Amino acid sequence: MTANLRGATAFIGAADTTVGVVPDLNATELCVQAALAAIKDAGLEKGDIDGLITCNSMAQPIMYHAEAIAEYMQIFPRYCSSVNTGGGTTFSAVHHAASAIATGMADTIVISMGDSLRSGMTREQAAKTQSSTGHPLYEQVYGQTVPSYYALIAQAHMAEYGTTQAQYAEIAVAARAHAAGNPTAQKREPISVDDVLASRMIADPLHLLDCSLMSDGGSAVVMTSAERAQDRPHAPVYLLGVGEGHSHEHIMAARSLTTSAAVEAGQRAYAMAGANVADIDFAQLYDCFTPTVLIELEDLGFCAKGEGGDFSASGALKPGGSLPVNTHGGLLSHCHPGNPGSMFALTETIQQLRHNCGDRQLAKAETALVHAQGGIMSSHAAVILARDVQ
Amino acid sequence: MSNSALDKEFQAGCARGELRLQHCSACGHTQFYPRIICAACGNDALSWVAANGPGTVASFTKVRQAIDPKFKDLLPYVVALIDLQEGPRMMSVIIDADVDTLQIGDSVTLDFMPWGDDALRPVFKVAE
Repeated sequence: MTANLRGATAFIGAADTTVGVVPDLNATELCVQAALAAIKDAGLEKGDIDGLITCNSMAQPIMYHAEAIAEYMQIFPRYCSSVNTGGGTTFSAVHHAASAIATGMADTIVISMGDSLRSGMTREQAAKTQSSTGHPLYEQVYGQTVPSYYALIAQAHMAEYGTTQAQYAEIAVAARAHAAGNPTAQKREPISVDDVLASRMIADPLHLLDCSLMSDGGSAVVMTSAERAQDRPHAPVYLLGVGEGHSHEHIMAARSLTTSAAVEAGQRAYAMAGANVADIDFAQLYDCFTPTVLIELEDLGFCAKGEGGDFSASGALKPGGSLPVNTHGGLLSHCHPGNPGSMFALTETIQQLRHNCGDRQLAKAETALVHAQGGIMSSHAAVILARDVQ
Repeated sequence: MSNSALDKEFQAGCARGELRLQHCSACGHTQFYPRIICAACGNDALSWVAANGPGTVASFTKVRQAIDPKFKDLLPYVVALIDLQEGPRMMSVIIDADVDTLQIGDSVTLDFMPWGDDALRPVFKVAE
């Protein structure tokens, strides 16, 4: 049985904290600050919130995280949950929230996430915590780093489809071009393909500029039913479709190195939305490293399998392109505070669909797809959002 | 790190230079890493078999920056996914590999050496 979630829920609030280096706020404070700002953006009081979803923090792990955030804010939700699927957490949380609203578990849910990878941990601690995604007995013993796990995927795609380092670099260049127009982005100086290729090699074929940032930041949204979303301060942004796909945890056990469970996540989201790739005006695709975007473009149907390199190099992803991708700058250039990372892609999408982005407002922003993945291309979630429920 | 008897038996194999895989007598599947069930058919009729040694490179990368200090003296090193002759894929390192010439699909052979600590680990070398 599948509940009909299409158009049943909507986003009525969205807010980010300052991102990048935020030395004076810890992970809990970033999470709470984002939640309160999103509640205010929705025109609500904290007492109106009866559901809360968070993700745990790496810098400040708490065993019962969502409960601790509710306690800090002194809200007393009837639905309270911490989700943990790595970078995919953000949109798994959206899926949970939509389902909880549709089934009456809660009326109005805040999803809030924050972490402090830059100021709350040393660089070594942050890298070590993230690399613990590897199997402790059968992977980590060989000394992998997170970039090296993703490099295995990048290398396999190059061998199978002839993808080049320059094509991966185009994705970093496009992200930076979007970030250049976004005053909140952590990195705004434009870069070229040559800059990416000249940057230090981290794990072949990934250069430093193929890798996402390490950041502090928090971000939150407020979701409620489509009925309750009317007559709020901002026009509702509707959830049309959502889908997940989970294929492995450890990259050694992946079904494929070059085709991911983004295929299933996308198919499920499109099917629920009654939409297809031609309906999507822009997309936010998980970009912890450039090759993930290239594979996601293929797996979500924006180009054929094996053509992600040419598509990325075509200029389509850039501002003014046929499929603007990561319009805030993404994890590569906007910010990447760990598991909360894709929340910023979600709040950006909501602002674009509200037509609220000022100078960098996309010319066409009616329907969008946002995607996140966690682990090493392990857990995938895709969400389709729109201004209208046709 | 693990109190599993299976993990301990796997490690005991490594200590004497044997890479132990699990073979399912119900369906014939061979698997790595050790599990309490056959991942293909769900049966628990599993027994250890030693890997013969040959494998092919499924993917690889050269790690130029390590996090854990115990790997820093080994830098740079080539980590790789290896498809064993028996079927399973595993993570390992390729010793003395030249990444400028190494290619996916290249043949490798099994060896054992300490890697980052004193325990013998399955590692691979490019086949002659």
